[in-house]
This record gives sequence, C-alpha cells and structure tokens, in this order.
Amino acid sequence: MSDDELDLATLPDDELTQQMHEDLYDGMADEIIEGTQILLRRGWGPQRVLNEALVEGMRIVGVDFRDGILFVPEVLLAANAMKGGMALLRPLLAETGVQQIGKVVIGTVKGDIHDIGKNLVAMMLEGAGFEVVDIGINIDVQTYLSALEEHQPDILGMSALLTTTMPYMKVVIDEMTARGLRDRYIVLVGGAPLNEEFGVAIGADAYCRDAAVAAETAQTLIRARRDLATAV
Amino acid sequence: MTSPLQSEPLGTGRVLVLACGALARELAIVSKQAGFDHLDLQYLPSGLHNTPQRIPAAVEERLIAARGHYDEIFVGYGDCGTGGQLDAVLDRYGVQRLPGSHCYEFFTGSDAFAELHDAEPTTFYLTDFLVRQFDRLVWRGLGLDRWPQLLGDYFGNYTRLVYLSQFPTPRLIAEAEEAACRLGLRFEHLPVGTGDVEPVLVQLGRRPLYALPTAGPS
Repeated sequence: MSDDELDLATLPDDELTQQMHEDLYDGMADEIIEGTQILLRRGWGPQRVLNEALVEGMRIVGVDFRDGILFVPEVLLAANAMKGGMALLRPLLAETGVQQIGKVVIGTVKGDIHDIGKNLVAMMLEGAGFEVVDIGINIDVQTYLSALEEHQPDILGMSALLTTTMPYMKVVIDEMTARGLRDRYIVLVGGAPLNEEFGVAIGADAYCRDAAVAAETAQTLIRARRDLATAV
Repeated sequence: MTSPLQSEPLGTGRVLVLACGALARELAIVSKQAGFDHLDLQYLPSGLHNTPQRIPAAVEERLIAARGHYDEIFVGYGDCGTGGQLDAVLDRYGVQRLPGSHCYEFFTGSDAFAELHDAEPTTFYLTDFLVRQFDRLVWRGLGLDRWPQLLGDYFGNYTRLVYLSQFPTPRLIAEAEEAACRLGLRFEHLPVGTGDVEPVLVQLGRRPLYALPTAGPS
C-alpha cells in the first residue's frame, strides 16, 4: 500500500460506511469487498452491512443517476462493486434465516435482450430483502406464466428497453387476466421508454422509473396488500 | 451561449424537414438528387440518440420556432425510443414523422426489419452514420474507452452486428466489421439503402403546397 492510499481498517465504523458509500459511487469493487469484510469482522450482522453500507450507497448512486449527475457507465460500475459485497453477504444472510419481505419473478419481455435495468432492479430488490428469481431476457408469455406457477411469487416484474417490445407487457397481463391469475400478483413494469401513463394503460400495478423506486414501490405495495389481507 | 434556434436562420424553402442529425447525409443526398429546392432541412443533434427522453422537448422547441414560417413541417424521426412521447408532441402540432420505431426500421422497411430482428433478436445494428460515429456514440458514449470491463454488461447478450448500409464504401464496411470485432460480435452486412426515407421525402417534395394554419398550442 502506498503512503497516500487509505487503510480502510483504520477507519471507525461511521467513517468506514461513509467511505464505502464513496467507493460504491466510484465503482471501486475491491474496496467494497474489503470494507464488507472489515465490517463483518467487527461483528456487524450481514443485514446491517447490506442496509447501511451497500444499499444506502446505491441509493445515493440512484439519486444522482436520476438527477443526471451520474450516467449509465458509472451506475454499472457501482452495481458491479455492490455485487462483490453482495456475494460475501448472500450466504451469511441465508444462514441467518431472516424472513424475506417477499418473492419477485423478474424478466425482460419477448424480443428484448436488454437487461442492465432489470439487473439493477433485481439487485436493489434483493438488497431490500426480497427473494428474486431472475428468469432472464426475451421472455414470452408462457415462460412468465410457468415461472409464476413454479415460484409462486408475490410480484411479477417486467422490463423493456424498446418501444417495439414494451407493448408485450400488456400481452402478458392480458393473458394473466384471461386465466384468472392477475389478482394474485403485484405487477411492476419498467424500462427507459415507459412512463406512468403506459403502466396504467396496460393494467400494471405500478410503473417504476428506476431501480431504487422499484424497490420502494415493491415494499410499499406488498405491505399494503398484506395489510388489506389482515384487515379482511 | 446562443440557442440553436437563434443561431440558425430560417431557410428559403416552403417545407421544413426537421430531422435527427443522424439522417443529415441521407436526407441531403435524396433531396439534392430530386432537386427539391423548396425543402429546408434542419437537424437536431445526433447525440440525442443516446438520450431519447430529451427528443420530444428538443423537437417541440424547434417546431415552436418554425411554425408560421413554413407551409408544412415534417419530422425526420421515428419513435426513436421515446415511447410515444414524440408522437404526443407531433399530434399537438399536427405534424407527421417518418414511419416506424427507429432509423433501423425505416431504412430497412418495417416488414423486412421485423423479419430480420425476429430471426435473431440478439442483434446490434449500425447504419452508415453509426459506423462513422461508432467511436463517439457507442464506444466512448457508453464509457467503454474508460471502462472496457463493462463490455459484457452492455453487449453480453448480443451475438451479431448487422450493418444496415445506406451508401456503403469498402472503408465503411471495414469499419463496421472492425466495430463488430471490438464488440465481440459476428458481422453481417445488409445493404438496405435509404428505405422509407426516400419515398416519404419525394412524396413530401412533390405534394401540392397549401397554406397551413399555424397549428399547435400557443
């Protein structure tokens, strides 16, 4: 280590988490892995490391992306850095047996192979405490329905980057309705050419403009649904 | 800084074609070959290709500046990733645009493009313009000059690059093939010409002119 390099292990907890937010912002994967290991060695639980160091860091990245301060490459670098930390935390979280908020099946619609946004959403949902089943790209209606049947999620997430593929979301929702399945699931949609009006028009429960909003919306809607079920 | 609206004087034509800068060369060639001296061609920055959410407002700004100065205005864009937002603007002003979703489609023709894309959805497309601007708009535009490790994030799902050429030259074909190589994709060249652009422009150029109201919201 050179003299001007920061030794993360010398930082107190609050400064270390702050530094990790900055390292996430700068897409420094090695530093995120190191910081995660240090916090775990200090006795932090994996959930706390996830929430306070990684998810909070990505939330800041998301806000600056939304505000046009960061662009897609920087967000990808940050996400890749977060993945390094998540890889360390995932088995520990599984060991702790923490009850997950809910389950999400997510995929990019038929004809569309773009998955950068979908992957970010999946990561933020996982960070928010959801079990995420990512069924990939170019997903046709039958594959969506099979995944719903197999995994029994609370939420279906659909993504599209192309104007030509986004209408396929309606095909999936209409088929769910035709089969009497629509009300069993919360349907969230997202992707660059979409907007709120489109989400309403195709019968989704919500349009999510970015990954952070998707995680917030998923939490809000699943709590509302459970509150309603409890009240009935 | 001077706004583009202030820096570009209105031309002398009676029909304005307001188009993406990525179509400048093709529109100029078609217009010149057909001898349409009553068409004014104006372009918006081609860099909007990477930020389609900004296209509707940019087009509307130009429409506001141009209305009242022309008998007819035509927009040389497809939907171009605006998710119908460009059409919403054009509907308000009663202005038509090129058919299709994007330049790949209107250069190739809708049916032919659908067939091409359905055959291999994992295809990345380049036009003459995008071959020329590959380094600026694709490589540097996606940050691959600084972070080549992101190549897999961007192009990991793609399998081939198809160069939909308008006026191909050996040099352009070689550059397109090199682009495919840099992205790690199989290369194919499909000469499609100017597709729907030419007949639309020719029809526009030959249409009897009539006085349009200064349409659009105030």
